[in-house]
Amino acid sequence: MSKMDSKTPKGALSEKWTNHKSNINLVSPANKRLIDVIVVGTGLAGASASATLAELGYNVKAFCFQDSPRRAHSIAAQGGINAAKNYQGDGDSTYRLFYDTIKGGDYRSREGNVYRLAEVSANIIDQCVAQGVPFARDYGGLLDNRSFGGVLVSRTFYAKGQTGQQLLLGAYSAMNRQIGRGKIKMYNRHEMMDLVLVDGKARGIITRNLINGKLERHGAHAVVIASGGYGNAFFLSTNAMGSNVTAAWKIHKKGAHFANPCFTQIHPTCIPVSGDHQSKLTLMSESLRNDGRIWVPKNIEDVKAIREGGLRPTEIDEENRDYYLERRYPAFGNLVPRDVASRAAKERCDAGYGVNKTGQAVYLDFSSAIQRYGREEAHVKGLDEEDKLLVNNLGKQIVKSKYGNLFQMYEKIVDQNPYETPMMIYPAVHYTMGGVWVDYNLMTSIPGCYAIGEANFSDHGANRLGASALMQGLADGYFILPYTIGDYLSADIRTGKISTETPEFVLAEEAVRVKLAKFIHNKGEHSVDYYHKKLGKIMWNKCGMSRNEKGLKEAISEIKSLRKNFYKSIKVPGKVDEFNEELAKAVRVADFLELGELFAKDALERTESCGGHFREEFQTPEGEALRDDNFFNFVSAWENNGSPSESTLRKEMLYYEEIEVKTRSYK
Amino acid sequence: MNLTLKIWRQSNSESKGKMVKYNISEISPDMSFLEMMDVLNNQLIKKGDDPVAFDHDCREGICGMCSMFIDGEAHGPDRLTTTCQLHMRKFKDGQTITIEPFRANAFPVIKDLVVDRSAFDRVQQAGGFISINTSGNTQDANSIPIEKDDADRAFDAATCIGCGACVASCKNASAMLFVSAKVSQYSLLPQGKVEATDRVRNMVKQMDQEGFGNCTNTGACEVECPKGISLENIARMNREYLSTLLKS
Repeated sequence: MSKMDSKTPKGALSEKWTNHKSNINLVSPANKRLIDVIVVGTGLAGASASATLAELGYNVKAFCFQDSPRRAHSIAAQGGINAAKNYQGDGDSTYRLFYDTIKGGDYRSREGNVYRLAEVSANIIDQCVAQGVPFARDYGGLLDNRSFGGVLVSRTFYAKGQTGQQLLLGAYSAMNRQIGRGKIKMYNRHEMMDLVLVDGKARGIITRNLINGKLERHGAHAVVIASGGYGNAFFLSTNAMGSNVTAAWKIHKKGAHFANPCFTQIHPTCIPVSGDHQSKLTLMSESLRNDGRIWVPKNIEDVKAIREGGLRPTEIDEENRDYYLERRYPAFGNLVPRDVASRAAKERCDAGYGVNKTGQAVYLDFSSAIQRYGREEAHVKGLDEEDKLLVNNLGKQIVKSKYGNLFQMYEKIVDQNPYETPMMIYPAVHYTMGGVWVDYNLMTSIPGCYAIGEANFSDHGANRLGASALMQGLADGYFILPYTIGDYLSADIRTGKISTETPEFVLAEEAVRVKLAKFIHNKGEHSVDYYHKKLGKIMWNKCGMSRNEKGLKEAISEIKSLRKNFYKSIKVPGKVDEFNEELAKAVRVADFLELGELFAKDALERTESCGGHFREEFQTPEGEALRDDNFFNFVSAWENNGSPSESTLRKEMLYYEEIEVKTRSYK
Repeated sequence: MNLTLKIWRQSNSESKGKMVKYNISEISPDMSFLEMMDVLNNQLIKKGDDPVAFDHDCREGICGMCSMFIDGEAHGPDRLTTTCQLHMRKFKDGQTITIEPFRANAFPVIKDLVVDRSAFDRVQQAGGFISINTSGNTQDANSIPIEKDDADRAFDAATCIGCGACVASCKNASAMLFVSAKVSQYSLLPQGKVEATDRVRNMVKQMDQEGFGNCTNTGACEVECPKGISLENIARMNREYLSTLLKS
């Protein structure tokens, strides 16, 4: 079994990126005009990469399945973006952001990549402010920060609870400028159906126009996949309905190794499931844990009374509440990392303390914050700090100014007022740390094929810290890929236009056509959603917040038989050559059905607990994750050999030169 | 809940559409409007009929992909709400609900309730940006302090999700609220002032070319906007545009 080479440059950690940039090959401005690059996906990573590549002079073709690049799911990111600016003077630095990220990821990420991420983080904020992104500011006119989980400094920049929206619209505006100049050709409502290889290199893609169903061939000198994560394998997740693994999975099947699929983030603060009709879950930003306190009742009698409707949470006295995160993790309290907070919620609910009818919810309570802010404001304004009603009203106004849109969203969905009664929350699938394996240059194991943003695996290890996804997406797209891709493309300046009339393109298109026709002509009985929901149940019950050998083995065989049944009994209405959402969904679910199996296989083989991957067999007496650094200090990169069960494990060993690998503790 | 739905069906942009009636039962008041549509579509698929096409993606009110004109209002009867965040508890058992696409000359129907809003993208491409390249050497983010009030108002304008409810609600199918939100965001920030003149001129020109109507200050757009974008933005854009004319 040959090992994977990360191609991390030699030298001191803090100099690797600078030296690498100085030494890699460049493409001259005149030659960039001769080179085409395809970018699939227009979220933070895809949009920022498309805009920057076009600014540099490359001809970019960008693709998204939505009706506009502005709708990519980065838009829904709420809380903020990290950057080591140290504007608060609280001791932050590039090194500290790097260290927090490696530790938060439970020592399963690459030192060189993470250091580079921390290094470029400050440039991202400068870039976005210059673009007109309206970040939150304080009264002196300077940028404001807040705290996120797993860190002891305030380094998160934000725009209310809509930071992702503002950053994406910034990247979208940069794209628009290039579309206007003709340097980006934008293809809305197009889905990538396959990657085309010519002489072993990525040379184009086959797409389906979702309006009229037509298949199209697009050639380029390099292909960049920025299609996001695969959380929708669980059916219910905080991802958008259309978020899918198809582009990433297609390149996997063409030779790009898929890394750490079992590293999935279950976010602790989401609105609980309300019934079988549910189509998606809604996140309540982690930023709420700055001010909200998480608790369940101490006494099981109170839990019962709440479930039966005889008791309201506001009627339970302080001493009868179990603020379990503050109890278990006094140093970090409510701001422990996501994996830790999620497991702690599950532990309480499994023990019978869940506070809604399904027993799967805990409280997130803002009453202390409202009191604290209210008193502060009363003091500032010279009003009576003992006037309860006044303090309460003033406090609510402050909380509204910080989290107004989140509270409104909660009220719309749950029909309860979170200013008056604590929110109910429960963990849900949110982000996937695993993804396409890439080297230091963000190139996959296919020459000329790159993966950026959530689609790759590179920076978050086994658990991502809050407000780091936006940072990584924009770092990859604005500041890393545009440099590293030149090193590869410098060999392509004499290649000329990539023809799409070659047998490779013809065959790839034909294979897609056959596959689509099969779906349409299959006279089955079950809808796509039927299979997607079934897969989601298997994933959640057996590959979710905690996993064990028996469950994972069952998951593998259940997914296999579900996949078999899918191809036998799927029913897809309509035709291929028309707007047909069911057909688009069928293609995506087919890929989730393969990914799901590889996911379970990866989780089965990693016999340790780390970050978001919790194997019940491997835990400390206190129920914390127990890593095995002797045997598992590596990235699992899976090579496709036709089907998930035949995939081979290729290891990329992780070397820690700068950091001492320790047991993560947030106590 | 049992409901009667009257839905606009149109198989593609060339064909003629018509309203079709469907009965639907066992709808939970906790469902979102789009989850109710999912139930309908699964019934149609089971029967071998063509499901109703509608745009949707994030289902949490931020991507701007969902649309639908429900009982004569963009995004339905609830205020400050997108269709995906509208819940069935806002309707009564036995009610008849009429569902149409967003209608405007600049938003041609693609299929059923799906419309083409790419005109919005083209207006943004004409000038909805600040012309700076990605360099990593832009000046420090804190080098220009911005008054909190201006920053907050720029943010409020920037929260537009580009759904098109303003156009669909306007009797003239005007896009002024949408365009002015972008113009305002940049004109309130020092970074955006540099090319303010070109921006407003080019965006308004493109807006007119796309076939959007004129603004007659009826304010329906503000009422129906799911993000509460204020009419003030239109006033600000008019002022910007006027000063552009005076300059040239």
